[in-house]
Amino acid sequence: MAEHAKRLGMEVSIAVSHAVQMARAEAIAAYPITPQTHIVEHLSSLVANGDLEAEFINVESEHSALSACVGTSAAGARTFTATSSQGLALMHEILFIASALRLPIVMAVANRALSGPLSIWNDHSDIMAARDIGWIQVFVENGQEAFDHTVMAFKMAENSQVLIPTMVNMDGFILTHVVEALEIPEQALIDRFLPPYVPRHQLDPKRPMTMGAFAMPEIYLEVKMKHQVTLMNSYDRILAIWEEWGRLTGRHYQPVERFRTEGAKILLLTMGCLGEVAAVAVEELREQGLPVGLLSLRLWRPFPFAALREAVNGAELVIVCDRALSLGGGAPPVLAEVRSAFYSLASRPAMLGYIIGLGGRDVSPEDFKEIVARAQKENPEAPSQEFFLYGVRG
Amino acid sequence: MDKFGVAQSQKYDVYASRLLPREEYFTSGHRSCQGCGEALAVRWVCKALGKEAVIAHATGCMEIVSSGLPQTAWMHPWLHVAFENTAAVASGIEAGFKILSRKGKWPGRLPKVVAMGGDGGTSDIGLQALSGAMERGHNFTYICWDNEAYMNTGIQRSSSTPYGAMTTTSPPGKRSIGQATWKKNMVAIAVAHGVPYVATASPSYVFDLYFKIKKAIETPGPAYVHVLCVCPTGWRSATDLTVRLGRLAVETAVFPLYEVVNGKYRLTVEVPKIRPVKDYFRLQGRFRHLREPEINFIQRQVTSQYELLLKKCEAAYPEFPVISHTEESQEGA
Ligand SMILES: Cc1ncc(C[n+]2csc(CCOP(=O)(O)OP(=O)(O)O)c2C)c(N)n1
Ligand code: SF4
Ligand SMILES: [Mg+2]
Repeated sequence: MAEHAKRLGMEVSIAVSHAVQMARAEAIAAYPITPQTHIVEHLSSLVANGDLEAEFINVESEHSALSACVGTSAAGARTFTATSSQGLALMHEILFIASALRLPIVMAVANRALSGPLSIWNDHSDIMAARDIGWIQVFVENGQEAFDHTVMAFKMAENSQVLIPTMVNMDGFILTHVVEALEIPEQALIDRFLPPYVPRHQLDPKRPMTMGAFAMPEIYLEVKMKHQVTLMNSYDRILAIWEEWGRLTGRHYQPVERFRTEGAKILLLTMGCLGEVAAVAVEELREQGLPVGLLSLRLWRPFPFAALREAVNGAELVIVCDRALSLGGGAPPVLAEVRSAFYSLASRPAMLGYIIGLGGRDVSPEDFKEIVARAQKENPEAPSQEFFLYGVRG
Repeated sequence: MDKFGVAQSQKYDVYASRLLPREEYFTSGHRSCQGCGEALAVRWVCKALGKEAVIAHATGCMEIVSSGLPQTAWMHPWLHVAFENTAAVASGIEAGFKILSRKGKWPGRLPKVVAMGGDGGTSDIGLQALSGAMERGHNFTYICWDNEAYMNTGIQRSSSTPYGAMTTTSPPGKRSIGQATWKKNMVAIAVAHGVPYVATASPSYVFDLYFKIKKAIETPGPAYVHVLCVCPTGWRSATDLTVRLGRLAVETAVFPLYEVVNGKYRLTVEVPKIRPVKDYFRLQGRFRHLREPEINFIQRQVTSQYELLLKKCEAAYPEFPVISHTEESQEGA
């Protein structure tokens, strides 16, 4: 525990809004959607009470929320927003533009299923439909991580070598609405870690600048290439920032987190807070003598190819657990990405894909044990199905 | 230097073109069509804004002709994001400046925040964002370039296209007169939001336009200025008639020039003798298919709408054109 840090029990949504407060965000534009609501409700009360010196714009839609964030960020203010599901989908058009404009907006996404049928419950279909938007995308597993990564997201996004908006994904309800004990560092520590935002580009009549010009075919590709290269290169900066946070707080983060992977022949791979559920199953299976381990993918964009290959090293089977479906396609999003990371390698583990917890369907440690049992019965060279919709009836 | 001090602007309502700023903020070299009324309007509006302004612009002709990477025609700080969200972007810019100023991070006076968009970007796809920004009361000025269709994408109809006009998606035919709906009244919509300064304007009346923009940016809170912009390409009109057509729109009462200050209407350009709409239509290919009865129907509508406006403005009645009673259109019946 870092010096002078306070250990408090609080709802994770509230912890996220405290992180935004302690990061001294200057502008927030957001529109309510379950299960993101507690984050923005708490932020508006912090602003209303003068506990956070910021402009809170009560926009009339998520499309306008992100559009207003583009405006506040281009004006030079440290900017935060939060959304979920339909809201993220409504922002879709502007997600790409915000990152192409290289504006360091930070967004919390309380992950939730996409309609239809309408569902307010948790899965990752919202973010997976937005994975190619050119943002840095992080997943967290618990309240402490939600707090820590929200603070760190500002520093990542605003790094002058990065300048890419950053998204912190946290599972709706099953993470956002639980009360957890977490450690809140001193404001002074956060101020040292995250100095005030000094924009590199800003709308200013003293230095007029055209932002958002269009591109003819002769230049579009180069602009896109630059974005891709910068996003991939942000990897080292992100790791450096996580390391610095680790030194200050004693909490260390990796792009691919490992649990009981020593000597593991079978690896479960999850994203988000089901990792903690899977860990319980892994523990029990290990006790039964099964060489099972767990990987939790924290950094989704830029995708940590090297770290993943290293983490998988030695395993014979990777069971990728997706929380989204690629309708009409083959592999679901995470499986597809993980597979492509290994396809070109001479020796690679077998991979099986299980889709779990769609639309809030409960997933327990027993389910992970069952998945491992079923996976062992499959012939990984020729699985009976392209992927498995675990727990589906009929 | 802009010779009109901020609070002084209303004093200069005499014709004195040399007093207008010589600075060009919307520079030559952009790629608008010959005779483009929007480009003309942008040029004068930017002069009226002066240097201390920041512009958010919607996708549309004026964005496309002016900002191809790596060039720009804009001397103001300028931000284009998308088609339908300009008012939201501007509200963000305004809020951003406000907090920077409050935290002492923006020395000196804050620049004026201005949003600009075409009639499609304003009255159709951008209406929600505009409504939100007006309702929230941001201190910004929204300027609509109304060339009465989606010109950038090839002259498709918008809700601002006038009744009877031919566009590529409101073509006249055996079962179609052309645009079948009446022009959406954006001014009334802005007034209904309680916007303290709302006006119509035209680059054919430069001084009227200039001072309205000055008043709009001086107004604390939101302001809305609706500028009719002749588009020779979309209206199928001769490129040297742009200014003339803009004047005819006013002289025929098709597009009256007025302002609404805190809900109070005032006609800013009075026309003693209203000309018949056909004088205006005759010069535009988009109305060429209209026959006498249809034109008479439109004439009646224009006259009655203008009368309503005059009542709101408590203005004297001018001389109206006489309509022949021989024929009435079916549509008008
Ligand atoms: C969401 C979205 N839908 C459609 C378009 C295509 N689009 C670009 S500009 C435009 C029309 C612009 O019309 P208007 O706002 O009247 O401006 P003008 O070009 O006439 O000045 C359209 C339909 C777009 N860019 N974005
Ligand atoms: S199409 Fe019309 S509005 Fe667009 S640039 Fe040409 S003349 Fe101007
Ligand atoms: Mg138009």
